[in-house]
Amino acid sequence: MSCALLLLLMSWALAMRTGAAVEIQRPRGVPLSSEQFYEENKPFTCLDGFSTISFDRVNDDYCDCRDGSDEPGTAACPNGSFHCTNAGFRPAFIPSSRINDGICDCCDTTDEYNSGATCQNTCREMGRKERESLQIMAEITKEGFMLKQQLIHEAKRGQEDKQGKLTELQGSKKDLEEKVEALRTVKETAEDPEKEAKERHLKAWGEQKELIRMEKDKTRMAEAFLELDDDADGYVSVAELQSHLELDPDSDGSLTETETQVRCLPSQENNFYHTSKLQGCSPFGEIRRFESKIGDLHDSCRSNEKVWAGGLWMTTGCMNLEKEIGFDFGPSAEFAYLYSQCYELSTSEYIYRLCPFNRVSQKPKFGGSETNLGLWGQWAGPEDSLYSVMKYDHGQGCWQGPNRSTTVKLTCGKETVVTSTSEPSRCEYLMEFTTPAVCQEPASLDEVLQGHTEL
Amino acid sequence: MAAFIVRMGPLLVLWLAVFLSGTWAVDRGNFKTCDQCAFCKRQRALKPGQSLYRALLETLELTNTKLTLQLINDNNKVRLLLELYRLQGNMTRVKINELKPLKPRFEVPDVLINDPPTEPLSLLSQDENGVVLSLGADSQRLIVSAKPFRLDIMEGREVLLSLNSRGLLAFEHLRIRKDTQVDPEGAEKKEETDAANEPAEGETAKEDGMWEETFKSHTDNKPNGPSSISLDFSLPGVEHVYGIPEHADSLKLKTTDGGDPYRLFNLDVFQYELFNPMALYGAIPVMLSHSAQRTMGIFWLNAAETWVDISSNTAGKTVLGQMLDYVQGSSETPQTDVRWISESGIIDVFIMLGPTPTDVFSQYASLTGTQAFPPLSALAYHQCRWNYNDQEDVAAVDQGFDEHDIPYDFIWLDIEHTDGKRYFTWDPHKFPQPKDMLQGLIDKRRKMVAIVDPHIKVDSSYKIHNEIRSKGFYVKNKDGGDYEGWCWPGNSGYPDFTNPEMRAWWASMFAYDQYEGSMENMYTWNDMNEPSVFNGPEVTMHKDALHGTWENRDLHNLYGLYVQMATAEGLIERSGGVERPFVLTRAFFAGSQRYGAVWTGDNTADWDHLKISIPMCLSLGLVGVSFCGADVGGFFKSPSTELLVRWYQTGAYQPFFRAHAHLDTPRREPWLFGPENTALIREAVRQRYALLPYWYQLFYHAHHSGQPVMRPLWVEYTQDTATFSVDDQFLLGRDLLVHPVTEEGAKGVTAYLPGKGEVWFDVHTFQKHNGAQNLYIPVTISSIPVFQRGGSIIPRKARVRRSSSCMEHDPYTLFVALSPKRFAQGELYIDDGHTFNFDKQKQFIHRRLSFANNALSSRNLAPGSQFITPSWIEKIVILGASKPSKATLKTPDGKESLLEFEFDASMSVLTLRKPGVNAGVDWTVVLQ
Repeated sequence: MSCALLLLLMSWALAMRTGAAVEIQRPRGVPLSSEQFYEENKPFTCLDGFSTISFDRVNDDYCDCRDGSDEPGTAACPNGSFHCTNAGFRPAFIPSSRINDGICDCCDTTDEYNSGATCQNTCREMGRKERESLQIMAEITKEGFMLKQQLIHEAKRGQEDKQGKLTELQGSKKDLEEKVEALRTVKETAEDPEKEAKERHLKAWGEQKELIRMEKDKTRMAEAFLELDDDADGYVSVAELQSHLELDPDSDGSLTETETQVRCLPSQENNFYHTSKLQGCSPFGEIRRFESKIGDLHDSCRSNEKVWAGGLWMTTGCMNLEKEIGFDFGPSAEFAYLYSQCYELSTSEYIYRLCPFNRVSQKPKFGGSETNLGLWGQWAGPEDSLYSVMKYDHGQGCWQGPNRSTTVKLTCGKETVVTSTSEPSRCEYLMEFTTPAVCQEPASLDEVLQGHTEL
Repeated sequence: MAAFIVRMGPLLVLWLAVFLSGTWAVDRGNFKTCDQCAFCKRQRALKPGQSLYRALLETLELTNTKLTLQLINDNNKVRLLLELYRLQGNMTRVKINELKPLKPRFEVPDVLINDPPTEPLSLLSQDENGVVLSLGADSQRLIVSAKPFRLDIMEGREVLLSLNSRGLLAFEHLRIRKDTQVDPEGAEKKEETDAANEPAEGETAKEDGMWEETFKSHTDNKPNGPSSISLDFSLPGVEHVYGIPEHADSLKLKTTDGGDPYRLFNLDVFQYELFNPMALYGAIPVMLSHSAQRTMGIFWLNAAETWVDISSNTAGKTVLGQMLDYVQGSSETPQTDVRWISESGIIDVFIMLGPTPTDVFSQYASLTGTQAFPPLSALAYHQCRWNYNDQEDVAAVDQGFDEHDIPYDFIWLDIEHTDGKRYFTWDPHKFPQPKDMLQGLIDKRRKMVAIVDPHIKVDSSYKIHNEIRSKGFYVKNKDGGDYEGWCWPGNSGYPDFTNPEMRAWWASMFAYDQYEGSMENMYTWNDMNEPSVFNGPEVTMHKDALHGTWENRDLHNLYGLYVQMATAEGLIERSGGVERPFVLTRAFFAGSQRYGAVWTGDNTADWDHLKISIPMCLSLGLVGVSFCGADVGGFFKSPSTELLVRWYQTGAYQPFFRAHAHLDTPRREPWLFGPENTALIREAVRQRYALLPYWYQLFYHAHHSGQPVMRPLWVEYTQDTATFSVDDQFLLGRDLLVHPVTEEGAKGVTAYLPGKGEVWFDVHTFQKHNGAQNLYIPVTISSIPVFQRGGSIIPRKARVRRSSSCMEHDPYTLFVALSPKRFAQGELYIDDGHTFNFDKQKQFIHRRLSFANNALSSRNLAPGSQFITPSWIEKIVILGASKPSKATLKTPDGKESLLEFEFDASMSVLTLRKPGVNAGVDWTVVLQ
């Protein structure tokens, strides 16, 4: 007989004998599956086989068996467990210590038979609610899973596009790189005298001059990029910045992803290097310095700059694509659609913002600056469901504490939405996030309900 | 709780950054050394020698209750009045005040539970050199020598204790200021007229800090000028002195030669260091001396800043030096000299003459009262954190304990639960429905503690503040305005808890209709009550702040006691006087034991802090405060998993058992460290719960007779010098010896099992060990070495449930550990666990359990009492037994029944199955 059939039969049997009238005679707290071991008026052998006692010592409120099996219905054994049938809901085992402790644990009230506690039988109500929520969940899962299939499909297509684009870009890039190399030599020769002049200049003109210069730089940058940005598709992102060691703040010879992101986060949201955004980005001294270097060449090699900046854009485009393709978007790239998106949740005090594969942040509702709660780290779910948890770390440091970090728990939902945030430990945030991308192929509704035969 | 890192206004954060510079250790520079403290420095400059005082015997008056006598300082002619009392219970009280002070000097109120009853002193002899008085029994005499003045208490030919034998009696009399030029008010013109009070020393007031003293940026104005007092005590034959908490130091007090004296001044010390005499949160000016011959106590009743110097004639000697003394027949007997110095007030000393530790505990209890008898649940496990964030967090943690089957009774809320650190309120977003939350806990038979600190946010929209201000209940600054300082809420006022009207009003704020959202299962925690003032001198209140007419200087160390007193009174009143309160305090003074529990403040998650929890609580226990604990896991920093487990194992066997953690540390609920560690912590907590009947009984005794719950070994093994300095293990009552594992990576511990001819049984394995030996015990991470004394009977409840309330009616298992003479004795105490009915209506069961002549019996110890319990005797385990042929249970109705039993021959353990008899009745089990 198959297991499913057995379960079905049992559920039918249970359904037939509604109420307590047809209670099978077995010691209190024993599940049906163990009934055979408790034969009335025959010596009882502890389930671990260690000792045998007379049957009147079963449930006599004294623990005789090492494994607690002689007292399934009393609190006598520290390691015993009690079985609640919970007709109408789901059966359960509770620790023996919860028998007659004055607290209703079993929805069928059977654990409190001698404590004076007044418990209501809530099994039917709970069963109904459970069934309802299971149904809702099943529907969500079903629809969510359909959405997921679409997502997988789109991701596949998107990936092919990008791969193609990358190949194309890599070709152009190679050409440009050669040009750039030649021009770089010119630039560097020009740079030194220019720099010296600049410094003398700065000393003379002081801070005011500095401001003017920066304004100019910005204008130049705007010009440069407007000129370049023919197709309005210019990428400048992490990868781009990483290719420029002059921006490396710790001078360790490489510009880490974190460092670049600290430098200019707002611009990354769109991967769109736009001067107006640049202005909103505060720790920008070094980028400005870099920009001004380009600006310094303005008079002598305006045309060179164009080419060079073009190369930069090209490189950026390549690396950005490479990076995107390199992300782990799940087994079927079902999470790819989250890339370069952001989701917000507004609480009484803050607006939380999750930009998957990028960062989590928190902004006070009533003024104050945004706080970085962590940058994309890795998938961090348990072994059997790695893609159920995202970990964002290396956020802004806490005073005398760790750097902020955020754990994002993903659950199946039709919508892609942040449902809650909390801070269980100081500077360690927890975010709940629903997305169709984690929806598992649903068992049919019938199967789901069958899985809970005692409902 | 209580560190200086919080989400406060940026202003305060900046301020904190400046003042505390965020380092990981106490910033000693924030706290005074004796040298930086004007009166201590002045007093310490006085070296032992001939006393400046002589007694004017012609002024001697002897009445039924006391002797009075004038003393005179021959240098400045200022007269003092000495009062001597012989108190009931073998105590002597010595009071010295100025004969005619310019204005009254502060005498500590509200600490003594009554005016101590006296016994007549009789004059044995008198001549021009002095008088001899009889102290009654045991040929004890009190000798008053006139010139120089000194007091000696003798028994037979032996001097037990001498006062002023080193001539360090010093009394800075109140005077009128001389150097008007530094007096900004220029008000003290009349000084010239009062030549009688002129000091002869030719003081240079400014240098000596007599009239003004500056520490860091704070200037202490001293309108009353110098007022400090000092007296020395010599203890011949004594090499061990204990007590004077609170210090993070060894149990045996160290000599202070060449270093600072032990300081008693209630302070909020950020990240305190170990093994030094710096002041901490509380102060109990009681010292115990012990030798194999006698135990005595000195209670210096003074609430001002106090310093205690200890020296010893043997302390500095090497073993070789001591041998040389012996070989060369040095006649010098060991002696400990003690000197007390206080900033103001009077000398009021109680000399407790013992002679046993038990006697000293009773004597001290007769003066200041006994430990409050806590609700049983307060002895169970407490789960705390700064902070449980919101109601959902509380519910989730509560659920976590059930899911992991770990018992707990109390969950705690730190300062973040309030609406902007306004105590008696709730954060409307995080705790919108406190009663729902509390009801949820009631449904699980659990409880909550919410913090109420004594600093009150200055905010005109805050009811508590407005009422205190309008009633004039705030402490005043020297200019008469309300004293204000910085604390958690920002600018804060400090209610004057020394004012009885203020205390009564405060207590009334705990009424259910006043304290919104409170319910009967919510209790209180008083933190920061030294008081802590972030921007005050040494992070506390200015000494020239005014409590009525008295300066904070006079009564500083009393403030915390009064806060807890008023709070405990509030909890009693809200229940109509029925329910026992539970209040935890950080600051304390002599007498604080009457109001609840004490913890050792903001410790740190490292191994040394785990170790120091033992001597810190032992020291408190010796001076009346039994209900003591340290934050399990350590407050600051994050413990390693091993440390956390070891701390649970240690805390499970210390009186106040609460886990707590700083806001900045990662979460550390017991189940967050993997299933193995969860199981280890669960086991430690379960051991605590199983032992609750014994804990409760010990607290009943602490309440009843002042005997400490957690005891140093020497208290029970008074002759065994090997025990005198032991502070890495301890006794619970007389019958359990605990040697927790407090070393990282320990593979074994060496426990000293005291008692020649006695035996001890390992409570886990039932292995028997002989007394008077150092026993090496191999340990694993699950080991908690605990031994039961042969000759004792300990009741337990083996059915550990999710809270102590759930276990109320459960049956008992009796563990009978036989002495080598096959004898054992114990007790069983039962009451309702939470009301005063045990006291007011004698509703309790107190039984004597004794095993002798192969019979175990239960007899009533309190015939006048009555209480009915459904609990019964489930099992009797007899350790060190031999196998009987039968076991018969006899009950009062004359019935006899045979008990089944099991006998484990390898361990000599006899287990009697299910006697089933009610725990409240007489019964006997006879073994044949």
